[in-house]
Formats: sequence, C-alpha cells, structure tokens
Amino acid sequence: MTEALQDLAGVIEAKQSDALVSSGITHDELTVQVTPSGLIEFVEFLKSNSACQFTTLVDITAIDYPSRDKRFDVVYHFLSMTLNQRIRVKVTIDDGEMVETITAIHPSAGWFEREVFDMYGIMFANHPDLRRLLTDYGFQGHPLRKDFPTTGYVELRYDEVEKRCVYEPVKLTQEYRQFDFMSPWEGAEYILPGDEKGEGK
Amino acid sequence: MDGSHDKRTEVQEIRNFSINFGPQHPAAHGVLRMVLELDGEIVERADPHIGLLHRGTEKLMESRTYLQNLPYFDRLDYVAPMNQEHAWCLAIERLAGIDVPRRASLIRVLFCEIGRVLNHLMNVCSQAMDVGALTPNLWGFEEREKLMVFYERACGARLHANYFRPGGVHQDLPPELLADIDQWAQEFPQMLDDIEGLLTENRIFKQRNVDIAVVSKQECLDWGMSGVMVRGSGMAWDLRRAQPYECYDEFDFQIPVGTKGDCYDRYLCRIKEMHESTKIIRQAIQKLDECKGEDVLSRGKHTPPKRSDMKTSMEALIHHFKLYTEGLHVPEGEIYAAVEAPKGEFGVYLIADGSNKPYKVKIRAPGYLHLQSLNHILQGHQLADVAAIVGTIDIVFGEIDR
Repeated sequence: MTEALQDLAGVIEAKQSDALVSSGITHDELTVQVTPSGLIEFVEFLKSNSACQFTTLVDITAIDYPSRDKRFDVVYHFLSMTLNQRIRVKVTIDDGEMVETITAIHPSAGWFEREVFDMYGIMFANHPDLRRLLTDYGFQGHPLRKDFPTTGYVELRYDEVEKRCVYEPVKLTQEYRQFDFMSPWEGAEYILPGDEKGEGK
Repeated sequence: MDGSHDKRTEVQEIRNFSINFGPQHPAAHGVLRMVLELDGEIVERADPHIGLLHRGTEKLMESRTYLQNLPYFDRLDYVAPMNQEHAWCLAIERLAGIDVPRRASLIRVLFCEIGRVLNHLMNVCSQAMDVGALTPNLWGFEEREKLMVFYERACGARLHANYFRPGGVHQDLPPELLADIDQWAQEFPQMLDDIEGLLTENRIFKQRNVDIAVVSKQECLDWGMSGVMVRGSGMAWDLRRAQPYECYDEFDFQIPVGTKGDCYDRYLCRIKEMHESTKIIRQAIQKLDECKGEDVLSRGKHTPPKRSDMKTSMEALIHHFKLYTEGLHVPEGEIYAAVEAPKGEFGVYLIADGSNKPYKVKIRAPGYLHLQSLNHILQGHQLADVAAIVGTIDIVFGEIDR
C-alpha cells in the first residue's frame, strides 16, 4: 500500500511541482499540500491523469487553527475506485481569503463547500449557489470556528403571547461547564483551588 | 381565478408551481424539506433544505473526550447504529495503534452485519410503502424488532448501543445470544423470500420502480455516491472487499450488483445484500464458537482493566479511574477511517492534538451526497415518483444533518 502511495507521490511531484507545497505519507495515507492558486489545476490533474484517476470526491472540510498565521486548512479527500487509492489535499488560507470552487470538476463539491462556508465562513469563488446549508434560516456566525461558543448566541422558543417562535439571547440557568479532567500535574492551565492562598504569603 | 386564466384575452397562461415537500411529509423519511418546482406534474428543480435535525455533533465532540463521543455516533444513522461506532473506533485505533482481539473483531463484524440487515429491512419495506405496499413494512418491522432485541441483549439498548470501544467491544456476548442469533439467521431467508414474494414480481411495485431514477456510472462518480447507489449501477465497489477492515477478508460473501441503476435494481441489491449479510452472520457465529472465552478488549492504557483486576490491583483501579475521568489520549495526527455502512461509505476524519479530546472531527455521511444528487436525479420525473426516489436513495436525517 505504502509503496503504491510513494509512486503516486512521485508522479505528483514530477507533474505538478508548481502547485505542490509538500507531501507526506502517514498511517498509510498520502497527504499533499498545494497552493490555493494551483488548486483547480491540481484537482483537474488528479481526476484526469491516468496514474491518479481520483474521480470520486469523498469529502471537503476545513480545520480552524486560530493561533496560526494562516488560520484555515481546507481539506479535500479524493478516492479512486479504479486504482483503489485515496489522497488528501490541503490548502492553507487566511481568514477572508477565498478558495476557488471545484464544482466544475466535481459537482458533488457543491454542498460540501456550502457547508464549509456555513461552518467556517470560508468563501468559495465562483460557487454557483453559496448559501448556508445546515444552520437555521437567518443564522449568524460560523459555528465550527474555535472562537464560537458551544452554547451559541441565540435560542429559539415558542412564545405563547405572541403565538410565534421568538429568538432570544441564550440564557443559561446553569453556567456551561467545561470539565477539565487533565491531571493537575500535567495539563492543567488553571490555578488549583487553594493555591491562590499560598501566593499572598 | 387562480391566475392561470387571463380574463381579458381568454388565454390560458401556463406557469410553474413551487411546492413544499415536507418537512411533515410521511414520505420525506424524517425532516426533509424540499422546494420543488413543477411544470405540471414534472419536476423541474428540487432544492432540498436540510439542517432541521442539525445538532452540532461535530462541535460538541470537540469538547468531549474520545469515549464520551462514542454515543454520538449511535445518533447519526439511528437505523444502523453500530456501523457508525465502528468507524469512530477504527479511527482511534489506527491513530493510537491499538490492536483488536480476534473475538472482538468477530463480534463487531457480526453486529455490523445485523446493522446492515436492520437498515435494508427498513429501507426496502418503507420504500415499498412509499409506492403503495403496506404489508412489507409491517413484516419488516417485526423482523427489525427481533434484531433490536439482539442489540438489547448485547449492550442493553435497542437503538443507542454504545457497545463498540476503541480496542474491542464493551462486553462479551452470552452464549445463548449467539445461539439465538444463529437460529434467527436460519429462519430469516424464509422471511426475506416472503417479502420478496410480495414485491419482486408485483406489477404495481415494478411499475413504480423499474426505470425510475436511473443513475449511470458516470453520475455515480460525479456525485460522489457510494454503497448500494453505486452497486445498483453495476460497479462492484464495496469497502469490505476493496479496502478490507476488521476481518472481513476472511469471510465468504458476494457483492450483488445491478445492471441498470434504477430503483428496482437497488431494491434487488438490498434484498441480495441481506442474504449475504445473513451468510456473514452465520460464519461469524461459527468463528466465534471457535474462540470462546477469549478477551474482547485489548487490555492496555487505552482500555479499561478487567473488573477482577480492579478488585485486587491498585494500579488497575487508578487506571480505571483515570480512563473514565480524564479519558484516553490519542497521539497527535490525522486519519480518515471509512467503513462500508449500509448506506454507503461512512467516514470519520479525525484530527488529534495529543490531548484527551479530538481537535476536530468531520463526519462524512453517505446520505449527504445522495441527497445532494436528488436535484439532478429528480429532474424530469413525475411528482408521484419523488416519494419513490427519496425512498430509494436511503436517507436518514440523523447522519445528514449531524
């Protein structure tokens, strides 16, 4: 398996050296990093080249690294049923940057890109129908960003008086508890109860 | 009166109708809202609105430990819960390098195949109901109930099993259960034949399904389809065979494929797959008999110790406490683990940062892509076929909306 992937990585390196940033094989999976500008050509190459034949788009998602210089990774998974291989393609972009849509090459990218836009706020240039997909009509914010709170900002309830659904700011009867079970000797980033007394002396 | 008739010129105007299909429609299989644009009886455009069952699973998972996240997978495709858990466990096992004991592996295969039968029974029978046959649904649900009793006897819950664990399964199966599943597997083909007797050569059923929603091989690739949708169109693609996981390579089973790729072929594929699953179930039980009494969890730092060890060993007790509070740590890295779920390729893309919680999880649901292709498939079909087609693409909103 790994040998076949190495061959594949070699082909990609030889033919698409302009777009390629890096490539590596971990856990029997080939990951290649490409430049945002070379993405379209690269995906087209993956689909049409006889040594690749990645004709099925498996998944598109993004990863948010708020502390990083370029905040988002957009991750594409492709599958080749003929050669029985998988590949992962990554594009790194900053908040506000746009990625070119691949819907012209893989029509199935449509909803995936809509979802990424919905969840992360990443815009896809030339997408035919870039609307929100999973969140509520009129929703604001991008829930899968790391700075979006798990509880959200608004809640919905049926108002008996107004006889309709109303949106209100989230009111929690109990504070949202984020349990930290990490051992205090290893990962704890908070002051242990009682420690603050020792500081004063 | 309704605007279709111009009083002044006496000319009848033709205009398209937009109608809402669902979310309260019995044939919408859950909470599908679809805006259909109709030209007379013919569908011109379909715009599925999804997300009505969106629970933010992927966001919630980021703040829970790996073990706490397992039950979320039952709630994705709630028709075949354990197949989803399988993908999650495989992802963790591959990243952390955990080996699964043989007996656990066989139990997983056994219950994944039960899940497949659960799913196909539900799909075949309710699709039959969508096109007008009531009896198969009643029979199918009776069989499903028997299978869910097996689920309950294995893990204590009919639906939300929470039975698989990274490194094996939660507990061993009682021997009587295996005997009963075997008994069921012997009787089930007869039941399938009965259901087939009602449907396969049924004139009405064939009129409603043959040549409806024909999907070509190229369309399968373009729209990223998997599972029965692909096999119905004549491609023998099954992850159990193509990229074997667990111990599927030891089992003797066939991969049924269709020829035309219409609703009827997919129906036949599902029926055949249930027969094949029954074969796998019987083989698995036979193999399980050969390794009686073996452990079903690979004991180590990722799995709980035995109860007997906990009573005698301090280290084991501490380990148990730590595992269930702090949770297990998965080494840094990323992995994509896919299983052949009954609906198609169900994948988990997991990014671990070395802590006790996943940094990011992406759940790749097969139904998501199938539903997306609905606009493409529906075009040119009659409004009455919409129900049949929504049935045949096998959607469950738990996994689509996540």
